[in-house]
Amino acid sequence: MKKNRVQIPIGPIHPALKEPIQIEVELKGEHVENVSITLGHVHRGIEWIGLRRNPVQTLALAERVCGICNIVHPLAFCTAIENAANIKVPERAEYLRVIYAELERIHSHLLFLGVAAHELGFDSILHYTWLVREKVLDVIEYLTGNRITKAILMIGGVRRDITEKQMPKVREALEYYEKVYKKLCDVFLDDPTINARTRDIGVLTKKQALQLCAVGPTARASGIKKDIRQDFPYAAYADLDVEAITPDVLLNEIRGDTFDRVVVRVLEIKQSLELIDRCLKEMPDGPILYEPMLQRLLVQLRQVAGEGVALVEAPRGELIHYIRMEKSEAPLAWKIRAPTYANLSSIVPMLEGCELADVPIVVASIDPCIACANRAIIADKNAVLDQEKLHALSVNKTRALLKGGSK
Amino acid sequence: MGLGAFKRSLWVFHLNTGSCNGCDIEIIAALTPRYDVERFGIKLVGSPRHADVLLITGPVTRMMKDRLLRVYNQTPDPKVVVVVGNCGATGGVFYESYNLEGPVDRLIPVDIYVPGCPPRPEAIIDAIAKAWAKLEAMEAKK
Ligand code: SF4
Repeated sequence: MKKNRVQIPIGPIHPALKEPIQIEVELKGEHVENVSITLGHVHRGIEWIGLRRNPVQTLALAERVCGICNIVHPLAFCTAIENAANIKVPERAEYLRVIYAELERIHSHLLFLGVAAHELGFDSILHYTWLVREKVLDVIEYLTGNRITKAILMIGGVRRDITEKQMPKVREALEYYEKVYKKLCDVFLDDPTINARTRDIGVLTKKQALQLCAVGPTARASGIKKDIRQDFPYAAYADLDVEAITPDVLLNEIRGDTFDRVVVRVLEIKQSLELIDRCLKEMPDGPILYEPMLQRLLVQLRQVAGEGVALVEAPRGELIHYIRMEKSEAPLAWKIRAPTYANLSSIVPMLEGCELADVPIVVASIDPCIACANRAIIADKNAVLDQEKLHALSVNKTRALLKGGSK
Repeated sequence: MGLGAFKRSLWVFHLNTGSCNGCDIEIIAALTPRYDVERFGIKLVGSPRHADVLLITGPVTRMMKDRLLRVYNQTPDPKVVVVVGNCGATGGVFYESYNLEGPVDRLIPVDIYVPGCPPRPEAIIDAIAKAWAKLEAMEAKK
């Protein structure tokens, strides 16, 4: 270590982090010069377990990739299987999926806003946003039966319908959020404290975002107009004209800083409200499940040979699930690429040059979900995997897949 | 349960040993206004050295094993360990994974289990109240 440099490890257990991840920053004075990130603390081997269970059992596993986005993970998983098996999802189910996914986006963005405020030391806002968030959890519980792990999606549709009788409660929640939205804007967009702590802090330029393949709100805050719901629509999004939201919609400029990332999320809450409203109005009648008999569905899935890919816009960005089925009980391959995995490397340019005290808020500003991002682990502590070795490993894996075995 | 013997606020340290976040956000939900455990003097603290109760979530992955033991040893006695969620108690949906050292009670003694995947905030509050009663009993014996 050079003179005048101080190395500070943050994590894996640290009050500023909600999840285990290790971030090491090298400081010169108060300023961050170097950042290194270690992952692997939350690796549970989910994909490996999924190759030992049938797809319906794995659905429960897909939900538990992440406790926050547990609609989008099963949604991506189901869509991948449906693509592989050529299953046609009834139209009403497609709309219901959008409603559930957007409810989840509202809850996730509110959660983010609270965590961001907490990282600024502004705990009254944390309490306010989390209080507001309870309303959407109530609606989710009312519609699905659960607050957090919703267990609502099924291969070929959804498990439960939204009946006419249930509509008023959902509408009431939408109205509640219309009202609250104004206050949220006040609190986050016009507050001098939040402004001072986030404006021009943790900047990610458009070029950097493109180079580092940032996704979701992180990319949009840097001015990249990309959103899976707009670019590769799934479920019923094709009917709903979603447009990617960038901060210039409101501010007429894009700086790519922490403030912009907050702005994008606040605006997306509004967008989600509108989407839900439209879905409730335009939803066609009809069945909600392709095959209600589980046994028959499983028999059909056992006959499938082929692969399916699904892209889904999770609250944090683009989520990819890949499935390969080979006429067997369990899938032959299952791969998840979660948005945080793509976004993590953007933390490095954001942190470089900022002050130590800003590290928590800058890290939180990509809304990292570490549980989603931990998809691999190196078992041998002393092993060094360079580009060549990693490449060789992936070539081997592809070969094994093509030959029909990767377990 | 009388609140006699244990005369201070209850301080809680939360440790994530590889959970899916489901239980963790329910713990935070218990702290925020709807459930508001702070009105009982229950407070989440940033260091195990200040804590009376350890709230543990997650099935204990290989990398978190040593950290779990370290946190456990850093927490001063008397302490109560509460495992929140199925995956900390039994491994839950991840039970057959190759990367688990848990469940938690294979590594450290556990006093209270909160079943559920995730449990509701009410259940977590109930568990902390039970932990409180247990601490009182411990103090009374001294
Ligand atoms: S018990 Fe369930 S909800 Fe809680 S951390 Fe484990 S898998 Fe997630």
